[in-house]
Amino acid sequence: MGSDRVAAASQAIAKYAESFGGFQKSAPGHELSWLRKLRQDGFVRFSEVGFPTTRDEDWRFTNPGAIAQVPFRLVRNGHSLPSQKDIDRFRMPGAGSQLVFVDGRFAPGLSLVGKLPAGVTVSNLAAEIARNPEAIEKHLGHYLNMQRDAFGALNTAFLEDGAYVHVAKGVVLEAPVAILFVSTEQDSPAVNHPRNLIVAEENSQATIVEDYVSLGGGQALCNTVTELVAADHSVISHYMIEREHTGAFNVSTLRIQQGRTADVSSHSVLLGGALVRNNVHPVLGGEGGECLINGLFIGNGRQHLDNYMLVEHASPHCGSRQFYNGILDGHAHGVFHGRIIVHKDAQKTDAKQTNRNLLLSDSAQIDTKPQLEIYADDVKCTHGATIGQMEENSLFYLRSRGIDEMSARRLLLVAFASECMDRMKEGPVRTHVEKLIHDHAFRLAAASLGRVA
Amino acid sequence: MSLLDIKDLRVRVEDREILQGVNLQMNAGEVHSIMGPNGSGKSTLAQVLARRETYNVTGGEVLFNGKDLLAMKPEEAACEGLFLAFQYPVEIPGISNAYFLRSALNAIRKYRGLEEMDAMDFLPMLRQKLKLLDMDDKLLNRSVNEAFSGGEKKRNEILQMAVLEPKLAILDETDSGLDIDALRIVAEGVNAMRNPERAILVVTHYQRLLNYIVPDRVHVLVEGRIVRSGGPELALELEDKGYGAYDAGAGASA
Repeated sequence: MGSDRVAAASQAIAKYAESFGGFQKSAPGHELSWLRKLRQDGFVRFSEVGFPTTRDEDWRFTNPGAIAQVPFRLVRNGHSLPSQKDIDRFRMPGAGSQLVFVDGRFAPGLSLVGKLPAGVTVSNLAAEIARNPEAIEKHLGHYLNMQRDAFGALNTAFLEDGAYVHVAKGVVLEAPVAILFVSTEQDSPAVNHPRNLIVAEENSQATIVEDYVSLGGGQALCNTVTELVAADHSVISHYMIEREHTGAFNVSTLRIQQGRTADVSSHSVLLGGALVRNNVHPVLGGEGGECLINGLFIGNGRQHLDNYMLVEHASPHCGSRQFYNGILDGHAHGVFHGRIIVHKDAQKTDAKQTNRNLLLSDSAQIDTKPQLEIYADDVKCTHGATIGQMEENSLFYLRSRGIDEMSARRLLLVAFASECMDRMKEGPVRTHVEKLIHDHAFRLAAASLGRVA
Repeated sequence: MSLLDIKDLRVRVEDREILQGVNLQMNAGEVHSIMGPNGSGKSTLAQVLARRETYNVTGGEVLFNGKDLLAMKPEEAACEGLFLAFQYPVEIPGISNAYFLRSALNAIRKYRGLEEMDAMDFLPMLRQKLKLLDMDDKLLNRSVNEAFSGGEKKRNEILQMAVLEPKLAILDETDSGLDIDALRIVAEGVNAMRNPERAILVVTHYQRLLNYIVPDRVHVLVEGRIVRSGGPELALELEDKGYGAYDAGAGASA
């Protein structure tokens, strides 16, 4: 790294230090010592390690330098909220509740919390810290590993608000909870650090959707962390949809803690963003747990979409299945880094990993890296990756039946993506995702024929 | 006016001239067969007519319904009423057979200024055509040709033809890899579609299919040229004597 870039990066870190002092004094719950300590620990850890570089094995294919060098400013009070109309076009039809966060902060006027069954709380973290600090203290920060994740440490230092969902023992929450994170255009580069906590008690069921969007352009970083606790025998689906504008930076970490026979599905759909890093880190901590990690990333232009999985098998008889499909056009760069750790006692682990990629141009690039670390002796781990192009044969077949070239391309893109969509349960979220994918495939097909959609 | 009029068609692949001046005329209502040994250019002719862009047409002219076929894209040729039943139908995972067929039909209807057909009208029509080819309903919800048996793939081609109702259907070695029962079913499907407005071009290596789909004319294609044309009896003669008589050099005397 050049010396001026080092200087820029350390200036940026100094900028975070500057804002941390004031933030720590005024942030929600600043009077709670455990919370003050949590933030302090986060900040100390971040200051120690700074931003990762490509020398770090976990960041080999993604250079966070572009993020490290920008003096992002924390978005705080004083700006006007978007209108209902601005937000409505992003809403997911069929959601039971919709929480809206604008630049990381809860916007009650734009949120709609539907009628919830007894035992379900759908709220925002800042409010719950004030109302119910013991319940938050019990989980917040307990699962995220700040030691290995500088962005997670930074998020923890500046944690302020985000979604809080709690589902009591035995309760089934049928309608999905949609959480919309809106980044608005600012005069100078802006950062926000949403922090979500989802706690599903024993034998409960819920579906949570995180949906990241932007209003306007502008340089922005959304650095988000979600801790998801899936207690014994719970069934949880989590969706992460990234569709910010193609100049935005988005780093997200989903840390899942699974209990006995808990069944968790994580679905990631990356469509937007300039540089996106999506960490999914489940720990199968109880016997018989099942985890599906399903993802689709579609990049064009100069987008960089990095999917980093760390699947930890910490108990016997658990299964994990990773399926990621990537479509890359233009100069887009995709990364699939699938790390599986099977701990010593996790006998009878069944871990599977598949990454399929479709490259639509000569300059698109994919790095795919399986990384298996197995310390138990009776396990089954498989992995595979493929890279291909759009088949001329298939295109001709469709066209020979009367389907025009653009539609044929769009159909083949949707077909490739449908493998991932088919793993999502049928219902409002899948319909929402399908619509986004169809629209996106249309734009991609049009762009590849040099037309403007 | 002929429905299809091929004049002196010349096609190159890399440095080899595969078609060396093909001439052929077909009228609506007729069934013709092109027979020839492997490598004679049969499939090239079929693919060029369906407008596959990987072939380099170096000379000649093709009029389809009076229009310049060689100026058309594959989808335009299809919308104008040309259909190719593929020798090797393509598997397309992720697109259901029913969705594919409806997309194709609606693309063609749209081109012709007709209203698009919704699923309510489309499915009953499709079920009826399935019966004609003795095909299982389940094939509709499966991905196009994916994990279909060889016979199912070929039947699926004829199903598409039945749905799209072309003016000219070209069957490229539809008989290859079919057992006798499947061959009969496919042939019955094709025969059910014979009518005075439609022409069918059966491209085949063997005569057997022509026992079931009896052609009006048979043409022998050898080394990129049609060396002989005749009635259905010519197919039997070829079955009996083989293509040996038309080996290299023999074409010149035809």
